[in-house]
Order: sequence, then structure tokens, then C-alpha cells
Amino acid sequence: MQQYETVIILTPLLSQEAVKEVLTKFSTLLTDNGAEIVQEDNWGLKKLAYPIEKKTTGYYHLTEYKAPGDLINKLEVELRRDERVMRFLTISLDKHARAYNEKKRSGAFLKKPKTDNQTENASK
Amino acid sequence: MAREQIQYVTAPKVEDTRKKYCRFKKNGIKYIDYKDGNFLLKFINDQGKVLPRRLTGTSLKFQRKVAQAVKRARHIGILPYVTDSIK
Repeated sequence: MQQYETVIILTPLLSQEAVKEVLTKFSTLLTDNGAEIVQEDNWGLKKLAYPIEKKTTGYYHLTEYKAPGDLINKLEVELRRDERVMRFLTISLDKHARAYNEKKRSGAFLKKPKTDNQTENASK
Repeated sequence: MAREQIQYVTAPKVEDTRKKYCRFKKNGIKYIDYKDGNFLLKFINDQGKVLPRRLTGTSLKFQRKVAQAVKRARHIGILPYVTDSIK
């Protein structure tokens, strides 16, 4: 079971329930097909660096999950079909990426917020 | 006095003497997070283009990871594809 990470950007024109509904739709799609969600976090509304579909802000959502390989195509077909999703990016995580996410979750970078968090993980 | 009259025909090559090192190997960073915008800002110039290795001094292995992380960040709207002044 490979570990994957998907970032989804939803249009900002959605109400809170619509956002929740879209996100639960995808998380249920994942869990029904045998995926195991490791971590989900919302970055909320963020300003985009360039307008996507004529909108300058987007609702970001990140899910990290373990899934069999063939589920990714199904998920991406669904993501493409849903027009509320402006953009998405799915990557597979190698061991360094998993270790990095693990460290991030355990708050290894939060001790000294002012230093740049990339060099922080060097000392671990 | 005489120094001012000296006009160089070609610009004197200012040698960047400090030893460049790959910050990823030195700090033991193994993974470059594409979601971390302000860390990636260090590797792009103010037009949003990826800086070459000769300026940043990163090793080839990590330069590829940086380039891929920047491209992913651009895809999800964290970094711009092109801009006039990012910093």
C-alpha cells in the first residue's frame, strides 16, 4: 500500500457546507475503496499566486493517505468530473517525504518558528 | 587621483570568493516540501525563475528536487509561473 498526498483547490464561491460536502465525498470515496487516511488538514482560503479560472483565491485541502495503486485513477477521474475542484495534485511519498511529514506532524519544526523550518529538520 | 582615470575596457570580473556549498547536503535535508512557499522563494529569482546551480551552489541531485518542487508549487498556485517582482 503506497502512501500518497493529494492537494485539492476548491473554488472560493462555495458555501461552508458545499466545501464540507465535497471534502467528505472524496474522503468517503477513499475509505470505501480500501484507502486509509493518515492525515487531513484544511489550509482554508488562500490567495493564489496567479488567477486560476479567473479566481484569485482558492480553498486548499490536503489529504495524506495509504492506498492501493489503482485507486488513484478512480480518485482523479472523480476530481476531474467535479467542477467545484479547480485544481488538484497527487504525489506518491517516498521514505524521505514520509519522514518529513511525520516530523512535521510531531511538531519538530514548531519549537523555533522563526527559523526557517527546512534547516530545522537537519538536526533531527 | 590616477585611479579615477583608469577606465576598464571590459568590466573587471568580480570573483565570488566565498565557497559555495550545497545547503541540503550540509544541513542533511532529505526532502524538499513543495507546499512550503517561503522556503522555495530562496531558489527562484525575482521573476519566478529557478536559480541555476552555479549561483545557489546546490548539488545536481538536490537541484533536480528543487526544480521539481518549484514546478509542483507553481501548479497548485503557491508560486507564480512568471512575475515581475516577487520579493
